[in-house]
Amino acid sequence: MAPLLEVQDLVIGFPQAEIVHGIDFHIDPGETLALVGESGCGKSITALGLIRLLPQGAAIRRGRVLFEGMDLATASPRQMRDIRGKRISLILQEPMTALNPVLTIGRQIAEVLRRHEPISAAAAERRVVELLDLVGIVEPQRRYHDFPHNFSGGMRQRVMIAMAVACNPRLVIADEPTTALDVTIQAQVLDLLDGLRRQLGMAVLLITHDLGVVAQWADRVTVMYAGRIAEQAPVGAFFAAPRHPYARGLLGASVGHEEEAHYTTRRLAEIPGSVASAAGLPGCPFETRCPEAIPACGIRPPALEPVAAGHRVACVVEAARTGANHAAAHG
Amino acid sequence: MDGSTSAAPAPAAITTPLRPAVRGRMVRAALRNPSLMIGVLILLAVIVVAILAPLLFPGDPQDMVADPTLWPGEDPQYPLGTDSLGRDVAAGLAYGARVSLLMGLAAAVIGLVIGIAVGATGGFFGGWVDNVLVRLTELFQTVPTFLLVIVIVAIGEPSAPVIAWAIGLAAWPGVARLVRAQFRSLRETDFVMAARALGYSAPRIILREIMPSALAPIIVATSVLMANAILTEAGLSFLNMGDPNLMSWGSMIGDGRALLRTEWYLTALPGAAIAITVLSLNLVGDGLNDVLNPRSGQA
Repeated sequence: MAPLLEVQDLVIGFPQAEIVHGIDFHIDPGETLALVGESGCGKSITALGLIRLLPQGAAIRRGRVLFEGMDLATASPRQMRDIRGKRISLILQEPMTALNPVLTIGRQIAEVLRRHEPISAAAAERRVVELLDLVGIVEPQRRYHDFPHNFSGGMRQRVMIAMAVACNPRLVIADEPTTALDVTIQAQVLDLLDGLRRQLGMAVLLITHDLGVVAQWADRVTVMYAGRIAEQAPVGAFFAAPRHPYARGLLGASVGHEEEAHYTTRRLAEIPGSVASAAGLPGCPFETRCPEAIPACGIRPPALEPVAAGHRVACVVEAARTGANHAAAHG
Repeated sequence: MDGSTSAAPAPAAITTPLRPAVRGRMVRAALRNPSLMIGVLILLAVIVVAILAPLLFPGDPQDMVADPTLWPGEDPQYPLGTDSLGRDVAAGLAYGARVSLLMGLAAAVIGLVIGIAVGATGGFFGGWVDNVLVRLTELFQTVPTFLLVIVIVAIGEPSAPVIAWAIGLAAWPGVARLVRAQFRSLRETDFVMAARALGYSAPRIILREIMPSALAPIIVATSVLMANAILTEAGLSFLNMGDPNLMSWGSMIGDGRALLRTEWYLTALPGAAIAITVLSLNLVGDGLNDVLNPRSGQA
């Protein structure tokens, strides 16, 4: 199956610094790919780079973003405008501020439809009521005329989702869509997004730093660290046996729901140091914090090597270990 | 959605759209706002007088109709007296209201259109476009407003359209700075980011996403702009640089100046007319500021 979106060697930088150092990944049609990593690792910039909405000053320096036979990294602004909201849509983190406070939500959703589809005002209004119903807003006809301040946070995120899926996009980029919501609402919103993904056959790029969210809602996971991809794996394999030391550290640092693993009975593992310590190093960005670092780690950034089907890791130590296992199995 | 409304099980009272209710809240807030209501009433009175001037005072207000310098009340036919040429002061005030309001409105519209265009463009796009427009704005602001108007009128001719353009051209930098500040903060908001992510073009984002939020201060500024335009026009006429074919409050004051010690009513009456009109516009501006502020009515 051809991937829906393929990112090849994407480099994004500000004038002073490079933030994303050449990353490769793909998204298959209809799947949920989780992009995880700590704050500042470049996951949001990557996502914004895909639809070319980088903050002022930032720019794609190299690489390709192939989507439906087009390279989004070099597409014209007009082509990008036609793609945004129609083929690829974005759900922002903060539903409190992502809706225009002075327009009714019905009008805002209708505007998306009318921007991308030749549809009459009356037909758009009917579609909006259907969409509001689809995302689980009660009494959609009445709520059509409400302003964003009449909605709770979870409801607003539902409205955002309705806007995002209004034109049946192939890909929805959700940038930490539930960070601003409380946990019970988080599950509802993600379930809704997942249901719509199945129903409408779209792919979701889920950006998060919550591994619980990844385990429950993603098909595959891509771990980013300091602007590079550390590990890429199907969710099952990742949680069963993470290969990159950073990924192992992340999982060790998360709180399980099992009784005996509770933080009151067990000290939470942590990764020593901070991301900032990676700046300016020639080798693996994780070297200074890595418990398994060897001298070879400091030479150059490790390449993303396959270690199993659909499972790739950027780690010298891990690649050597896999190679040795292979050699042992075949020898 | 009209068809589907009846299908909903909710009672009719709930299915009615909220929008009229929101409008109703605005209207109620406006009615409760004393400064807005007083301002609107005075302004309406001035407007009515201006509209009815040809009916109330048929004939040219520049005609000499009676003995000169009749005091108010001296001759019941001319309740506000006559000036040094024997012209009816009441007729002059009524026709002057037309000139003042029209000039104020025209100049405000010109200033608004230029100011909004420049401010929105610069504030939204930023970068070198903004730099150029800010420098242009500052260039206009370094010249004192009144002096700029006098220069433009002196270069052109003292006709009503030229004066309106001159006042508008001198007034736009203030609007541009206001609008630019609004756009600069609003373009960073998430909903503008969301609008970009939905594939909207820049003009669409400017006009449909940002403008509604920026509108309240612009409306308030308009009333002040109009008040200032009326003052500027009066000042021009006072200096004999107004349209000589129009009876204006400013020119009445200018004509009465020579008789200030004896016939002071000749300057006091048009002066009061200017003061009341400008005051009413400022009251309307203040009141609208309260009513349009979305946070004022939700407590």
